[in-house]
Amino acid sequence: MTRTESAHGLGDAISAAPPAALAASRLTFSRDGRLVIDGVDVDLPVGSFGAVIGPNGAGKSTLLQLLVGALPVDSGTVLFDGADLLALRRRDRARLVALSEQHGDGDTGLRVNDVVLLGRTPHIGRWASEGPADRQVVADALSAVGMSAFADRPFDTLSGGERQRVHLARALAQQPRLLLLDEPTNHLDVRAQLSLLSLVRAQTAAGITAVAALHDLNIAAAYADTVIVLGEGRVVAAGPTASVLTGKLIGDVYGVRADVLRHPRTGRPLIAFDTT
Amino acid sequence: MTATIETPSRPAPFAGRELRRVPPTAWVVLLSGILLLSIVFSVTLGPADIRPAEVWGSILGHLGLDPTALGGQVLSPLRDGIVWELRVPRILTAAAVGAGLALSGTVMQAITRNPLADPYLLGLSSGASLGAVAVILLGFGLLLPVAAFAGALAALLATLLLAGAAGALTPTRTVLAGLAVSSFFGAVTSLVIFWSATGDTYREILSWLLGSLSGAGWPAVAIGAGALLIVGLPLMLTGRTLDAFAFGDTAASALGIGVNPTRWLLLTATALLTGAMVAVSGSIGFVGLILPHAVRLVAGQRNRVVLPLSALAGAVFLIWIDTGARTLFDPRELPVGILTAVVGAPVFALLLLRARRIR
Repeated sequence: MTRTESAHGLGDAISAAPPAALAASRLTFSRDGRLVIDGVDVDLPVGSFGAVIGPNGAGKSTLLQLLVGALPVDSGTVLFDGADLLALRRRDRARLVALSEQHGDGDTGLRVNDVVLLGRTPHIGRWASEGPADRQVVADALSAVGMSAFADRPFDTLSGGERQRVHLARALAQQPRLLLLDEPTNHLDVRAQLSLLSLVRAQTAAGITAVAALHDLNIAAAYADTVIVLGEGRVVAAGPTASVLTGKLIGDVYGVRADVLRHPRTGRPLIAFDTT
Repeated sequence: MTATIETPSRPAPFAGRELRRVPPTAWVVLLSGILLLSIVFSVTLGPADIRPAEVWGSILGHLGLDPTALGGQVLSPLRDGIVWELRVPRILTAAAVGAGLALSGTVMQAITRNPLADPYLLGLSSGASLGAVAVILLGFGLLLPVAAFAGALAALLATLLLAGAAGALTPTRTVLAGLAVSSFFGAVTSLVIFWSATGDTYREILSWLLGSLSGAGWPAVAIGAGALLIVGLPLMLTGRTLDAFAFGDTAASALGIGVNPTRWLLLTATALLTGAMVAVSGSIGFVGLILPHAVRLVAGQRNRVVLPLSALAGAVFLIWIDTGARTLFDPRELPVGILTAVVGAPVFALLLLRARRIR
């Protein structure tokens, strides 16, 4: 707790930054001849939480899919702890990096336990069955997100917030060191949003590096160590949350007027939009 | 950073899923037992009245064992011929075809994330039929299985290329493309028939289009069981991979699956399996569609469980459907596809009404 708090202090610019855990450089990706990601760099220290923000179509989801290897980069490298992620075999990569996506609806018919067990896919031999160790990892992941009591429930009967937790548990069951989250708070009520991000922060406190694509700037302001602002596939700004999130930047990127205040209790940035 | 982790409300007790608590191995044992009994019992049914002890005796005799030693009964050569040359191979073929089609359907439904996918609906069966009908009319009967493979593969490629031409392979696009391909191949098949068929060829082609196991002898068993062993058995072990597709391609990829190679490999395997089955039985519809769904209803959705159970259930199902086809209107015989459609079409309609996933 103290560790995270000191890392969160307002204006506490990371002076002696620890070595980058995630170092993506000059990533480019084009789809249908259009450059969707154009020379993007991402640098994050171990155990930090990076928020990727930007308007719709800025390339946030695409960036995460490039980092997890679900889409092939046109050029660029992704190093994690010095290892070339994109050169790894898929299965090996899936043991290092997990992605929790936004899923509107599911009609999977799977039980919660089975969904989380999917996270063990890269760890279990292709023709083998899951062992007691795998079941323990699944149980631990469910317990980490507070969903142990739901293990036998059909996934399709869960609420949006519960589903997001289960997806997070599935990602955790991969035992990743880099956790990617694509708009984890979409469609969640405020309580579920805060709860989910607390879970993510608990993981980063345990040494997992996390990157989340976020729409809600105040969520990013409240939780992220680092903010990466994308606009039309390029990094518009990146750095410590408090120094990046300014009224001018928000105006430039989103085309809205906003004042960045200071949260009276946490001291973190608080964005007030000018709706007049 | 206070703990805002909500304590989830206690989940409501979930009734009506007790069947899913039955361990999968118990289902496998149960269905295997039913399959064995079905094979033996269905051999006894038919115009010639044959007792189970005779069936047992005939099987023992042909396996080189003493029929009487193990409780079997010695048969006259005529009755032995009915058992060993007519009924046993036909029933084994039905079992292999049912298992193969149900497996193909399970794999296709999982990999296209489309509850309506099956070899029949995506055009594979009609492609295989066209291949089969073409070589029959051209007089190259020996090429039958090869032509059926080729037809199924061609139809699969046409469906997937058509569905994928303007973007991702969504369930809707895949089914629509399958419909187009299936109609086209069906039309070409009909055209070929109209153009060249005379007399008995009609009946033969009709049984190709609606499916029939009436001509199935030991060569058919060899083709069906061989394909089941070589293609079906490995497919049965792909459950974990198929499960990884439950939340889409990106999620599968993030779980370490090579999405496109896996999809093409598995779909090609289903085309081979379907081709082999159509080669020995014609295009029998609905088996690949309804059996996987029936199995999921009782055993849950995990493909590692659904695959072997669908194969077993498909085998049992087609044995009894075919037994019905050859005995219900005795001495006339129904094309087996009529009966599978009678059972399958209402199930298909139910699925349409129920499936929220289809957009």
